[in-house]
Amino acid sequence: MKNFLALLLTLFLGYMIIASLSNNEAFPKYGEADVSSRVSQRYIDRNVTENPGEVLYGEATNLESGSANTIAAIVTDYRSFDTLGEVTVLTVSALGVALLLGGAKQSRIELNFKPNFMLRVGSRALFGIILMTGMYISIHGHLTPGGGFPGGSMIASSLLLLYLADDEFRANIKGVKVIQSVAGSAYVIAGLLGLFIGTYFLENLLDTAVLGDLFSAGMIPIIYVLIGFKVGSEISRIIDNFLTEESV
Amino acid sequence: MDLINIIEIIVSILLVVMAFLAINSKSLIKSVMYLSSLSMLAVVGFVIMKAPDVAGTEAVIGSGLVTSLFVFTLLAVRKVGKEQ
Amino acid sequence: MLQYVAIVLIMLGLYGLLTQRNIIKIIVSLNILEIGVNLFIVSVGFVDGGLAPIFTSTYNSSVDFSFVDPLPQALVLTAIVIGVGTTALGLALAKNIYQKYGTFEIDEMGEE
Repeated sequence: MKNFLALLLTLFLGYMIIASLSNNEAFPKYGEADVSSRVSQRYIDRNVTENPGEVLYGEATNLESGSANTIAAIVTDYRSFDTLGEVTVLTVSALGVALLLGGAKQSRIELNFKPNFMLRVGSRALFGIILMTGMYISIHGHLTPGGGFPGGSMIASSLLLLYLADDEFRANIKGVKVIQSVAGSAYVIAGLLGLFIGTYFLENLLDTAVLGDLFSAGMIPIIYVLIGFKVGSEISRIIDNFLTEESV
Repeated sequence: MDLINIIEIIVSILLVVMAFLAINSKSLIKSVMYLSSLSMLAVVGFVIMKAPDVAGTEAVIGSGLVTSLFVFTLLAVRKVGKEQ
Repeated sequence: MLQYVAIVLIMLGLYGLLTQRNIIKIIVSLNILEIGVNLFIVSVGFVDGGLAPIFTSTYNSSVDFSFVDPLPQALVLTAIVIGVGTTALGLALAKNIYQKYGTFEIDEMGEE
């Protein structure tokens, strides 16, 4: 009976969503979205406050936000305050996990599983490659798809590989805590610098060079690398908390 | 009909089947594995919809880290159950 | 097509949340709901024949091209990372509940 009621409720919700989608101007049909009538067109043309002219790869200079990847421009420049709030949410959830699972004296949990020879040797070889790929993706976030969020997660997954290969291994948790605090504070300080030197919080102070160069886009690569370190250290701490327990 | 439409239809059917299996399977570890393959299929969906940034993030997090957290919880609990 | 699949995933996730009586199954349903919502938000900005919103050297003023909407993708990018945080917090709570009651089933708790 309960399952039947749940099924009815779910079908009613699905009917409401589909009915609200049809003949609605705010939700066009799938594949027929009109980007030029939305605010996103201004993000693509980089003319929110001023008109810089045409955006061309390798030629356009002194744009409002000079990163070739439009998503990086939105995440770390136009809506950077939003991202700061998101990083705060991640910090609070990592703190909650540490509060629930952490303790004073900690040792590795005894899993019912022993790493075999291939896992031990292969993970040592793969660790460096995965770590370097994560850093490359974080640094090139303003030119290629990726950025701080997947790059930081890759750094955390390379640590996860080390945890799997050796059942005695523990990361240097004090160092992880230092990276976490420094990256988070540096993000806020970058915002406050914009407030004191420029006009508003998290303003892009540096010069935006030619679109498409590695050293371009002003503060965007710096903030993306900081986000990468922050996300990587938070997720590493969550993994460490899941794999340790209070020693008896 | 293009190749991309055929891939889209196959991925759509598999997404619904995987979600159904993940909710209805009896074994917990099988349910977690179906969830992992569901997020791997969602990556293909994101690539079809021209969102490479989202696809990369979902590939690392959805099918790598979240699955490992579920498996660690189940492994730690199985050890506790054997002692009793 | 993918938009309707996203709606079906949202419905399946909600059905799982309402009917399952196992904590791990509830968190799995929450993850399915989250993937469905992410797919739906990205599908709102999709344009047929559009390109991924990244400028490269092949696009210059002589070529006619259009981008898909970048704003929903930027929102989903942050939402996925928040999803890991909530899942990890839920699993930590589940582990503590198991240590107290010795089971994951909600119906068997509190009997002892």
